[in-house]
Formats: sequence, structure tokens, C-alpha cells
Amino acid sequence: MNTLYACMAGVLIGGAAYLLLARDLIRLLLGLMLLVTGANVAVFVAGRVRHAVSPIIPEGLEAAPDLTASNPLPQAFVLTAIVIGFGTFAFLLALLSAMNGKLQRLDADQLPDADSDGQLPAKRTKESG
Amino acid sequence: MNGLLIAPIALPLGAAVVSVTVRRHLIVQRVLSFLAVAAGVLVPGLVLLVRGLHGEITVVHLGGWSAPLGIVLVADALSSAMVVITGLIGLASIVYSYSGVDGRRLGLFHPLVTLLLAGVSGAFLTGDLFNLYVWFEVILIASFGLIVLGGSALELGAAVKYAALNIVPTTFLLIAVALVYGMTGTLNMADVARALPGLEDRTAPRVVFLLLLVAFGSKAAIFPLFFWLPASYPTPSVPVSALFAGLLTKVGVYSMYRVFLIVLPQELAELRWVVGSVAAATMVVGVLGALAQDEIRRILSFHIISQIGYMVMGIALLTAAGALGGIFYVLHHIIVKTNLFLIGGIAGRVSGSTELDKMGGLLRSHPGLAALFVIPAASLAGVPPLSGFWAKLLLVKSGLDIEAYVLVALALVVGLLTLLSMSKIWQKAFWSAPRKQRPEPRSNWVLYLPVTALSGLTVAIGLYAEVLGRIAERAAVQLFDPASYIDAVLGTTLAIGDGGTP
Repeated sequence: MNTLYACMAGVLIGGAAYLLLARDLIRLLLGLMLLVTGANVAVFVAGRVRHAVSPIIPEGLEAAPDLTASNPLPQAFVLTAIVIGFGTFAFLLALLSAMNGKLQRLDADQLPDADSDGQLPAKRTKESG
Repeated sequence: MNGLLIAPIALPLGAAVVSVTVRRHLIVQRVLSFLAVAAGVLVPGLVLLVRGLHGEITVVHLGGWSAPLGIVLVADALSSAMVVITGLIGLASIVYSYSGVDGRRLGLFHPLVTLLLAGVSGAFLTGDLFNLYVWFEVILIASFGLIVLGGSALELGAAVKYAALNIVPTTFLLIAVALVYGMTGTLNMADVARALPGLEDRTAPRVVFLLLLVAFGSKAAIFPLFFWLPASYPTPSVPVSALFAGLLTKVGVYSMYRVFLIVLPQELAELRWVVGSVAAATMVVGVLGALAQDEIRRILSFHIISQIGYMVMGIALLTAAGALGGIFYVLHHIIVKTNLFLIGGIAGRVSGSTELDKMGGLLRSHPGLAALFVIPAASLAGVPPLSGFWAKLLLVKSGLDIEAYVLVALALVVGLLTLLSMSKIWQKAFWSAPRKQRPEPRSNWVLYLPVTALSGLTVAIGLYAEVLGRIAERAAVQLFDPASYIDAVLGTTLAIGDGGTP
């Protein structure tokens, strides 16, 4: 089961690498999110996934009754990372939406650049694209 | 005593929250962020620094959870010095912004700046790897907001590049954290440092080291991971880019010093040639990039990259003397670089442009500004007796001690090229004849406050280099003695658990 999860993290990060190389900014965004998800799975599997009871200590006891309790720490980490990832995703989505409104395009090769003094490169036509 | 470590994070964070609610009252925001940074970051930082100089490592166990179970905040000499400098730079940027931030959503400037400073202090103080990742994200999110504050197409474009090229390395950090947890079952830096040498498998720690090198290296803008920096730093308003230029890359450098020297010293020794080559390439490529630019803030941005090379060289030398030089370099550089960005901002204001070809005659029209520019510019290039000279001297000397002649030679050549590119700004913007009718200069005295203070500090460090040298020495000695760090964090668990048992 752990191997399966590890492979899943690998596949997610591999897919992310492919998407991150795209010129289309929406694909880039999706790639970033896949990457974050892959990392989250990696954190999760680092705590060793297994069939176990939830790590809640029954009332009146000092410790969990046996050692089959699952590890709550990676789950807390992943929760934190998911929340952060979600916030970043929301920001990027808003950023791209603002950019689309302003420039009418979402192309990584055609971002306004300080090099060009704020001038936009000519919009790429179908043929040259 | 706990408050000393919590204040640099809690007060700016609290100020950020309150600041958002009083968006329409700029005066309140200004006073609030000034007070929060002065009283919350600078003063506690100074107290911690004095204690750190006596070799004391102050540890706070948050929530009363004893280490390694809970999150710890740790302040040794290095952390305290970084917190002090965070406070200084924060104040400089905040005071400069009193004259106005050129962005539409002014009301969000102060909350975001204080949030950023809280994140930076958090990263400097934390003793926990996952917590470090969280502070990196806090810094990242605040800086996203600050970059797009103006809302122009240029800033949006810069934000996309900045975001994409910073989220990836932060995720690398998260993956490294996962690997460390999988290997050792703990994320407390001291506990990891204790557990790692006992592991039989030496491959996984090396993978962690390389992942962290990419993660911290991208933040620090080392070669070849620096492309986001010149693409994004020149676009936001002046106080914002000055703050970024001074502090953000140095968070990456600090993390390298802290994590590589305390947690992964064995891997650092094995892969030292990687770090060394990266440092050399960063120095050279950065300065060559700077020589090719014609806009003040772009020139300065490339210089950040070049200077980062020196700081990384301090780690690559792998001696306490090298780390001493590197830490001295970090502390001096933060002051100088922020100052140069602020001065560039004033020069741009009075000339109506920051393109060197459209500037000129500032020496005649603003002699004071010219004098203030010469100090940090000469310091950056390493002209004696300014702070940069001592920084380079310490690094070069420790490089010669271990016969790293190639690195030393490169460091000296790059210093010369830095001078060349600084004299380009001087010649075109200050020395040359005025280009044309300038718009009415809109400079005012508030702008000169932080610039004068920082320039004065640069001169003072140059004249009394011993003081900063002692701080850097103590920091370096502590970094090369992980055992005392581990003891301080894990050993005193019972004595300090005064927050009550959870």
C-alpha cells in the first residue's frame, strides 16, 4: 500500500512536470496544483499508511490502548499544506483572471516584460503559434 | 522571556490583522506598522542578540509541548542578528513609504508588509522544518500581494513569473520535509540532526540535501535558478522592491546556513563541490548580467544574484572562518542593497525615470543624494573602509586559508566588475550633464530619513567592523557546534516546560 502511494506521488509530480512546461498559463496553473498534490501525497505516505484505528485516546486512559493507532502528525501536515495550496490556487486563479481581463491572453511567452519597457509583444497569430 | 521570541512574529502579525480593518485610515496604519516593527521585531531582536553574544541560545516551546513533540522557536546569535536586521529594513521601508506608495490599493500596503515581516521573522526563529515551510508560504503569499499592489499589466506579468518560479521550490521543500519525516520520524531540526548520522542509508539524506539546495537556492536566487528575480524585483513600488531585495533572498541563504550546517553537515561535506561551483557561477553570471542592463533597479537586481554567490561561498568553504565571512556578508549586504534600491527610487523620482539613458546631472542638482549613493555603491563593490570591504576581506582570507584559489580569484574579479557597473550608474545618472528638462522634482525629506540612516550604518559597520565581526563570529561558531544547538533545544526540555503540561 505504501508503495502504491509512493508511485502515485511520482505519477502526480511527473504529470505536473509535463504541465509546467506548457506555454498556456492555465496548464501551468494546473501543473502547479498537481505538483502540490503530489507533494501532499508524499508527506502522507512518509507517515506510513496502514489499516489502523484512529489515534484517539479513550477517556480515562493515559495512552492509546495498543500500538495500532495511525500516525496523526502527517495528516496534520497535509491538512496545513492543503489549505496553503488552496489559498495559493485561489490567488493564482484571480491573478490569471485579472490578466486575461487586461491583456486578453494567457500565454507564458507573451507576458509583459520589464525588458521591453512595459510594451506588450505583438499578439501571436495562429500560423506562427 | 518567551515573549522575546514570540513578539517578532506575533506583533507584526497582529498589526497586519488590525491594519486590514482600518484600511481607510492611513495614519493609523503607518503608526501601527512602525510601532509593531520597532517594538515587536527590532527591540526583542536586540535583546536576543545581546544574549546570543554571550553564547546563550534562547528556546521557547510553543504551547508547552516539549521538544521534539511541539514546535520550538530558537534564537542563537545568527537568528537574533537576522531578526534585528529584519526590524531595521522593515522600518526603513515603512518610513520610506510614508511619502506615498505608487499603487492604487494603498490600504493593503501596510498589512502585507507587516505580514511579510512576521513571516521573515518566523523563518529566522523557527527550529522546526515543517514550520519553516509554513513561514516560507507566509512570506510567499504576502509577497504575491505586494507585487500586484499596483495592478498594472507589468506587475501582473511579474507576479505570474514570481509565483510560478517560487511555488515549485517551496513544494520541493515540502517534499524534502516529507522525506526527512519518513527517515527520522521527527521534524525538529535538533532532533533530526541527532537522528540522521545514525541512519545506515546515506542516499536518502543526500537526496534531501539536493532537494533543499534547489528549494533554498531558488529562494536565494543562485545560478541557475535566479530567473524569477530580475523578472519581478524591478516592477513593484520602491519600498516593496527594497524590502524584497534586502530580505527575501537572504531568507533562502539563512536557511542554507541553518539547515546545511546544523542538520546536514555530513551531506554538505560530501556535496561541497556542488555548492562551491554553484557559488562561483552565481557570482559571475550575476555580475555579467548586471553589466548588460541599463535600468537602475534591473542592474541592482542582478547584483543581488552576484552577491548571493559570495554568501553561498561562505558555506562552501566549510570552515568556521568561511561561515563568519558569509554571515558578515549577509548582514552587511541586506543594509546596502535595501539602501541602493531606496536611493534608486529617489533618483527615479527626481529624474522622472529609472532608465539610465534618460537620467543625468543628479550630482549637480542633488549633491546630497549623490553622496548618499556613493556610500552603499562603494560598499557593495568592496571599497575600503566601508562594510563591503571587510565582508570580502574575511571571505577571501578564509578562502586562502584552505587554498580555494579559484573561488577567491573569482570573488576578486567579480568585485572589480561590480565596481565597474556601479560606476556606470554613477557616470550616467549622477555625473553626466542633465539630459533634458526634468519634471519638477518631487522628492521630500521623509525619503531621505531611511536612506541616511542606512548609509550611516554602512559607514559605522566599516569603521567599527569588529562589532559586526564579533556577532558573525559567534554565529559561525554556534553553527559549527551543532551539539550545543541540539543540547539547547532538546536538553533543557524539562526545565523550560513552564507552560504547563498539555
